Amino acid sequence: MVAVAEPTAVNKLEVDRLTIRYGDHVALEDVSFEVRENEVFGIIGPANSGKTSFLKTINRMDMFDSNMSFEGAIRFNGVDVSRVRNVYGLRRRIGVVFPLPVGLPLSIYDNVALAPRLAGQKNRAELDIIVERCLRRAALWDEVKDRLHSLGSMLSGGQQQRLTIARALSQEPELLMLDEFSIAVDPVTTMRIEDVLRELKKEITIILVTNLVQQARRLADRTAFFLEGRCLDVAPTEELFTGTVSDPRTRDYVEGRFG
Amino acid sequence: MFEASSLNRKNLRNERLVKASLGLMTGLLILPVVLILSTLLYKGGPVISFEFLFASPTNGMTAGGIFPALLGTILLVLVALIASVPLGVAAAIYLSEYAPDNWFTRAINLAIINLAGVPSIVHALFGVGAFVIFFKFGTSILAASLTLAIMTLPVVIVATRESLQAVPQAFREACWNMGATRWQTIRRVVLPNAITGILTGVILEVSRTSGETAPIMFTGAAFFLPLLPQGVLDQTMALSLHLFVVSTQVPDMPEELPYGVALVLISIVLIMNSLSIALRMYLRGRKKW
Repeated sequence: MVAVAEPTAVNKLEVDRLTIRYGDHVALEDVSFEVRENEVFGIIGPANSGKTSFLKTINRMDMFDSNMSFEGAIRFNGVDVSRVRNVYGLRRRIGVVFPLPVGLPLSIYDNVALAPRLAGQKNRAELDIIVERCLRRAALWDEVKDRLHSLGSMLSGGQQQRLTIARALSQEPELLMLDEFSIAVDPVTTMRIEDVLRELKKEITIILVTNLVQQARRLADRTAFFLEGRCLDVAPTEELFTGTVSDPRTRDYVEGRFG
Repeated sequence: MFEASSLNRKNLRNERLVKASLGLMTGLLILPVVLILSTLLYKGGPVISFEFLFASPTNGMTAGGIFPALLGTILLVLVALIASVPLGVAAAIYLSEYAPDNWFTRAINLAIINLAGVPSIVHALFGVGAFVIFFKFGTSILAASLTLAIMTLPVVIVATRESLQAVPQAFREACWNMGATRWQTIRRVVLPNAITGILTGVILEVSRTSGETAPIMFTGAAFFLPLLPQGVLDQTMALSLHLFVVSTQVPDMPEELPYGVALVLISIVLIMNSLSIALRMYLRGRKKW
């Protein structure tokens, strides 16, 4: 069950015997795998299988939930995240996109400029460049370039989700984590965002949690299957869909027999 | 097919009766407000003039104006605000954004609720003990305002906490995920969206503070002063106490004068309340999510 790293590949993230708990409830149990540099790593699985808890632990958002605890290790760039003192610095290197788009009640410009500003960037010209670049990369620039100072929270759902991606990119993240980003997005926008992700993959590492099995198949280089707090399979995506899988339930799930 | 049985008819009759009596009760609520306002306007309206508002009382307060009392009330409210708003807002931010949910926080919340329920005369005596005597402020604007501040602190805290909690949690989480500290999140996203609600609470506090009598009676408000206060350690006259004095304590008082004082006092309260309602409507129109 535990995938072994190929010695040649560089690992962005190493998950080592990770167990996540909420009080006594085990959300994720004894999970180990690695996420390689510049790959799209898919995580599929039905609701309540520990996918979101896993993402929250990577950037230490568990600290905001006093009920949440974890054992084992997650190493980001080889550094154990539980030993990182400057969690704010860690979070800045990791962009997150939520299931429901969160356009902050700021202008479109300020939404994207927020992360650079938090990091201390005050130069207006620099900010202008960052905002335009991030909005272009998120395929939103053409739609909003004439109204950068209107409210981000008033955009349509699909636009807000691309705004969220632009905001995540403004952190210049090394790792982008998307949690079921297409739930509240129409199919056309979903396809546009998927194209964006294919471009981004050249520069950064992406973890894609998705409830759409086919989306993982389209985008992910390797995919993990989470079920009821366990990781049943980690394999190159095509193998998961066509080859032999180590657990029969994985095959049932990807073929749509449950979930 | 739809003929009413006797039970139906009884239910229908009851329904009409209940609706009518509930409506009547509700209508009765308006009555005191209308009566008070119309009486005050009718009897006190003619008294109001530029001189009444901006001159000192003369002839043993039976003539002249109410300026020292009006100024005194404004000063008392201002100093009370300066003391209670920073303290109350800070406490509310801590309780809403930082404090863990444990027995200690719950005890603090309980204390705030109880503080709101303490009778104002008890606050007054506390003010005498604490500010007038212990801190040696004497009977002064400072002592009276601090007493008012403590009394209205719960209003500020509750209003602020509620407007902070009306800001969706998702906004905070989005900021935290970007590497923002709690304070950065509060300053850039939470406070700007809660500020109008906080202001509403502050204005309500003003309207409540300006009418209070008991807390200032023993701590800094005077029966009559020939001079205006020169600083916060002086005593002052105040509208609420002045109303009490001219209504009950002065012989040969012209009948309409107390009505004039009451009209000014209630106008301050009503203006503040309308401001707060207007602000809330403005806030609703500008809602950003």
